Amino acid sequence: MRAIKANLLLDAKGLSCPMPIVKTKKAMKDLEAGQVMEVQATDKGSKADIQAWANSSGHQYLGTLEEGDALKHYLRKASEEDTVERNHPVTATNDELESNLDKDIVVLDVRESAEYAFNHIPDAVSIPLGELEERMNELNKEDKIYVVCRTGSRSDLAAQKLAENGFLNVLNVLPGMSNWTGKTTKLDG
Amino acid sequence: MAVNRMTAHEVTQKIIDKRELFILDVRNEDAFEDWKIEGENIEYLNIPYFELLDGVDEIFEKIPSNKDILVVCAKEGSSVMVAEMLSGAGLNVSYLQGGMKAWSEHLEPVKVGDLKDGGEIYQFVRIGKGCLSYMILSDGEAAIIDATRMTDIFLDFARKKAVSVTNVLDTHLHADHISGGRKLAELTGASYWLPAKDAVEVTFQYNALEDGNVVKIGKTAIEIQALHSPGHTIGSTSFVVEEKFLLSGDILFIDSIGRPDLAGKAEDWVGDLRETLYSRYKELSGDLVVLPAHFMRMEELNDDGRVAEKLDVLFTKNHGLNIEDETDFRKIVTENLPPQPNAYQEIRETNMGKITPKEEEQREMEIGPNRCAVR
Repeated sequence: MRAIKANLLLDAKGLSCPMPIVKTKKAMKDLEAGQVMEVQATDKGSKADIQAWANSSGHQYLGTLEEGDALKHYLRKASEEDTVERNHPVTATNDELESNLDKDIVVLDVRESAEYAFNHIPDAVSIPLGELEERMNELNKEDKIYVVCRTGSRSDLAAQKLAENGFLNVLNVLPGMSNWTGKTTKLDG
Repeated sequence: MAVNRMTAHEVTQKIIDKRELFILDVRNEDAFEDWKIEGENIEYLNIPYFELLDGVDEIFEKIPSNKDILVVCAKEGSSVMVAEMLSGAGLNVSYLQGGMKAWSEHLEPVKVGDLKDGGEIYQFVRIGKGCLSYMILSDGEAAIIDATRMTDIFLDFARKKAVSVTNVLDTHLHADHISGGRKLAELTGASYWLPAKDAVEVTFQYNALEDGNVVKIGKTAIEIQALHSPGHTIGSTSFVVEEKFLLSGDILFIDSIGRPDLAGKAEDWVGDLRETLYSRYKELSGDLVVLPAHFMRMEELNDDGRVAEKLDVLFTKNHGLNIEDETDFRKIVTENLPPQPNAYQEIRETNMGKITPKEEEQREMEIGPNRCAVR
């Protein structure tokens, strides 16, 4: 799997329970909402525990990669995005996107690369919201672009930004990956 | 207040004596739901350790002051942390040494009976996982039956008893735990016996166990007579020791019977299982003491910690031996079975010698209850 970007790397290798979680919890404080942390650990039990801890503390557990004896866990810090007001006027539901997947459209996934890596719609293009400004030229202004994120907030900002820059046919997909029931894939080795 | 260390052996004694114990299990909820320390007078509280990183104030009032308190986690580390926090708050608590890992690997040797000319038979109760192994001693020699992978414990015991291990036997190809049989045979030079019909795919040398084989232990010759009793596996074999004991493997337990589905052949083997239990076992003496390879519930332990009962008692009390109608029987043992044991396919392959996982992986594979039975 290609390198997954993380805002913070925590090395908990060689530490045994409870230290990987103790350190993760502490490091989470230094992260901004919506940022991604990579936790490297060798304690096999950390996989189940970090998932359970993330669930109970409201953070997003994205997935774990195994590389030899080392585990790389990816977490995204809880954000308030669910409550953000949405402004882009043109929207599509998950179902509408799903029924159009075989058409001539572009699916743009603006979540962090770590979120995309573990679960995304097949053939979706990955440009995290934070990189959209500089990578917009990778997209075609005439294409019909369905913008997707986890809950529809980041994709709303991305859709507005694209529209401001002359993209003609941009739809914000609601709610997005959090309720996606169609096909997905993940990056593999 | 003090933080004390409690060993798996001490916890076992408390359970056998039916003493009261309050367990604060700090593993995550799935792990606790799946498998925990069981006992008649145990009260539980399950709060994952990561919920307690900021303090134990919230659970303090849920912990009784009049009972022994044991904090338990997977490997020990988190339970020490939580025990220290509780101790700092003024409670007298213990943690389980080695955590559930040690619990899963603890074997408690219990004597089941005497054999002729000073011979003895011991049961090794793997209390955390419900596995039962046996050692038969006679005149300086020993046979080990259905050994678990904790081979040191058997070897230490044999050393203490000043016997040399001459024969190692498995009643069948196990699917719920990794057999220590082959390793014991390698370490001691003993012969390793496996039922031929279960061993078609094994990658190592073994002695083929067939119906009617007699294995002799010691000069006075305690006889272990093999009785082909298919049903849990196609090769499943029971052993009759000195016309006194029936080692029933995973065919017949105290309060349940073996399940026929762990090699994916439930439909094919259910007939064999019925034949074994309702015909072959019926022909045996009712005075035989049944010594199974597993127990499922703590209620199956006798007051002294042994798991043993006379065959004719089981013919009256064990529900699995009292299903008159063959269609009902078929239904009960093939439908609504409990979940299959953790990693049972990999465990079977390990026992066939096809794969050789590292010790840590073997430990992971065996996590959880054994689930070899249908009630």
